[in-house]
Amino acid sequence: MNLDIALLLGQDGLTNGAIYALLALALVLVFAVTRVIFVPQGEFVAYGALTLASLQLGKVPGTAWLLLGAGVVVAIVDTTVALRERRSRRLPAILGWNLVLPLVLFAASWWLAPRQPPLWVQTLLALALVIPLGPMVYRLAFQPLANASVLVLLIVSVAVHFAMLGLGLVFFGAEGSRTPAFTDARFQAGTMTVSGQSLFVIGASALLIVALYLFFEKTLYGKALRATAVNRLGARLVGISTTLAGKLTFTVAAAIGAASGILVAPITTIYYDSGFLVGLKGFVGAIIGGLVSYPLAAAGAVLVGMLESFSSFYASAFKEVIVFTLIIPVLLWRSLRSHHLEEEEDE
Amino acid sequence: MTRGRLLFAALVIVGALVPVFASEFAVTLANYIGLYSIVALGLVLLTGVGGLTSFGQAAFVGLGAYTTAYLTTALGWSPWLTLLAGLAITGAVALVLGLLTLRLSGHYLPLGTIAWGISLYYLFGNLDWLGGQTGLTGIPAITFFGRTLDTGREFFYAIWLVVLVALVSIQNLLDSRPGRAIRSLRGGGVMAESFGVNTANMKIVIFLYAALLASISGWLYAHLLRFVNPTPFSINLGIEYLFMVVMGGAGYVWGAIIGATLLTLLKEWLQDWLPKLVGQAGEFETIVLGVLLVLLLQRARTGIMPFLARFLPVDIRPKTPAEPSDLPQRQRPQRGELLLDVRAARKTFGGLVAVNDVSFQLHAGEILGLIGPNGAGKSTTFNLVTAVLELSGGEILFRGERIDRLPSRQIIRRGIARTFQHVHLRPNMTVLENVAIGAHLRGHRGVLAALVHLERAEEHRLLAEAKAQLERVGLGAHLHDLAGNLALGQQRILEIARALAADPVVLLLDEPAAGLRYREKQALADLLRKLKGEGMSVLLVEHDMDFVMNLVDRLVVMDFGEKIAEGLPREIQENPVVLEAYLGGVE
Repeated sequence: MNLDIALLLGQDGLTNGAIYALLALALVLVFAVTRVIFVPQGEFVAYGALTLASLQLGKVPGTAWLLLGAGVVVAIVDTTVALRERRSRRLPAILGWNLVLPLVLFAASWWLAPRQPPLWVQTLLALALVIPLGPMVYRLAFQPLANASVLVLLIVSVAVHFAMLGLGLVFFGAEGSRTPAFTDARFQAGTMTVSGQSLFVIGASALLIVALYLFFEKTLYGKALRATAVNRLGARLVGISTTLAGKLTFTVAAAIGAASGILVAPITTIYYDSGFLVGLKGFVGAIIGGLVSYPLAAAGAVLVGMLESFSSFYASAFKEVIVFTLIIPVLLWRSLRSHHLEEEEDE
Repeated sequence: MTRGRLLFAALVIVGALVPVFASEFAVTLANYIGLYSIVALGLVLLTGVGGLTSFGQAAFVGLGAYTTAYLTTALGWSPWLTLLAGLAITGAVALVLGLLTLRLSGHYLPLGTIAWGISLYYLFGNLDWLGGQTGLTGIPAITFFGRTLDTGREFFYAIWLVVLVALVSIQNLLDSRPGRAIRSLRGGGVMAESFGVNTANMKIVIFLYAALLASISGWLYAHLLRFVNPTPFSINLGIEYLFMVVMGGAGYVWGAIIGATLLTLLKEWLQDWLPKLVGQAGEFETIVLGVLLVLLLQRARTGIMPFLARFLPVDIRPKTPAEPSDLPQRQRPQRGELLLDVRAARKTFGGLVAVNDVSFQLHAGEILGLIGPNGAGKSTTFNLVTAVLELSGGEILFRGERIDRLPSRQIIRRGIARTFQHVHLRPNMTVLENVAIGAHLRGHRGVLAALVHLERAEEHRLLAEAKAQLERVGLGAHLHDLAGNLALGQQRILEIARALAADPVVLLLDEPAAGLRYREKQALADLLRKLKGEGMSVLLVEHDMDFVMNLVDRLVVMDFGEKIAEGLPREIQENPVVLEAYLGGVE
């Protein structure tokens, strides 16, 4: 290997690492606030990428249908609960978020898709179609189990991943898609060519990370989420609802997932089941950060990207084997370092 | 029990007739159900009973299948040799993975299993000599006493014989001394360790057994289908195995077979219907399975088995041992011998000195009370003596030997048994079984003997001892109640019986009267007096002055981490320093 190749691989690794870092942050956030290990994160990545790909082909994306369906289910569940508890004042909000919003988005994509709007409109529409699925998933799968143990939540998480994987197949089909690059620009730095796409991905990731930082530091909702992460009971006592915190977290996580999917789609071909592996690599990063430290998680994710990129050069067939084997010593190191109180399990 | 056995025999006979009468298709399904059941049975032991969640079992199935596939096709080995080779390889891999990942706490473990599950899957698919994604073909059929098992109907018996052996062996194991240790892993392990269970070893044992069962299932699979490729060993299958166990009822051995049956039939049916419904081919059943699993965990987390069990005439209560306990007893110390010698024990948490150079001694045949107001450092001192916490300074001796560096399962070996401030019982085990955990170190037969129930004589002695101790403390009428159904006062007494079952020289009781009603406190005090009369030595940590005053021989009083007084109860009652600590000084 010469320096040029090393730099090229490094650039690749950094680009992928930036995306894994975003996912790692979302995973840390979801775990901190809800104790859910968010396995379906990968599906949001795939949904984001495939939705954008459908829009670019001028088709109404499957997510539009999925959103309608999920909205109807949530509306039925929430309406039943609201009526049973005789709190009909909630109905307009329930119907607004779960029926009207999906309908509007569906109409928008139905009208916009064949007209081939500019890329940024497509991107925004793709995000708008995927993000509401986040809180809906929380409502249906996790909200009724908010007090369950981490292990039960993990199994539920895996089950949701299973379901969303199958839905991805229904709504997007088995073919993979690759979207065109956001930019074709190339820069020459010495002997190395830097692609504009890489810079775009790294820049967008950095921007999102800064946005997340500002959200958590400067806004009331961000602070509420942090409070919930520190102490759920304490947060409830000062009026922060666990349900709201959960839904908000899943919204943020879905947004990050979809955005990562849109960023990664021009780099690799995305199939309905590609998200799982991408998400898991974010996981490896998150676990390096012990599922609690944001900077460590981001650094770990970049490390995973680098490792993947260099191992694809040396032993391309064993890329995944190497990346996922790395997790075991990391887990070991983490669990030896964590001073946890034994959690009494429910049975 | 006999009705249970009859039902079991009927099931076996009906099962044996399946290949005679059923259609080819039904036999194939039954074979798959059997293969899955073998894996699921191991998972019941590992996850349902042991509390160790694994998503990686499919990889072990793959190890068994690929080992035999490669060795029989490339090297021409006999399938019987490759079965052993597969078990050896799976055992070795599982041992390494287990040693690495079982130390992981809580949710790190399942994440670790996902990681190595994926790693092994990609390894199968990328090694050229294992055929890559296309896999290996031309695997020979098994010959058994000259008979070639090359049809599904014949193979049925091989598969279900293994299921039967796995089922019975796991049931045997759970109903035994090591089984009780395995069943007590879930509570966090502190209790099990304090009665001498090596919880780390027990975890490895059940991990290995589950992996070996998976490996056998893989071996059977390879010789049934006569070819292998990586797909059935992916993480998705690993998830489905766990799903079977959760569906059937994770804590129930039969739940594995029920879960495997239901999931296989459901998948079969869905794979038939869903593509027609959707209008294209694909694995759409994952949607239904995922949603179903979520609903199951939301609505019925214990799975289907508990519902079924209500309709079955099965009584799983063990027989009460009739013969009296004849376990050998420890040599009793001379009355007045120095037992426990705490010398300048010190514990600091960061800058906080929780226990500040506290010294006291306990002699044989006395009840020593360690009292003090809340936050005085009593419980910390207690945890130092029982080796739950490490000393920051000073030393603790028992009969002249330093014990402060020993793990808690070594402490119990020396004859120091404890109870817990917050009761640590296994609520789903009977009172008798809970107490038998206390006698863990008085039995010696291991897992292998337990799997085939070769340790029945010792088991009867252990249960008889547990029964004797329960009668000693007055719980003889509750032997077969579930421990979780007892009142708190009875649960505390149960903890004492459990400690007594260890044949201790010293009893360490951590706030045994906390939360008890007046009557219960009286009963407890009577029991402790009776034990003292029988020569037992007791260290009692308590903050209830009234309870302690009429009971103990001597008192040590702590406040703010320091020993402020020591003496006879009457002296302590008049000690101005103690009064100030309890009632507050006049400023």
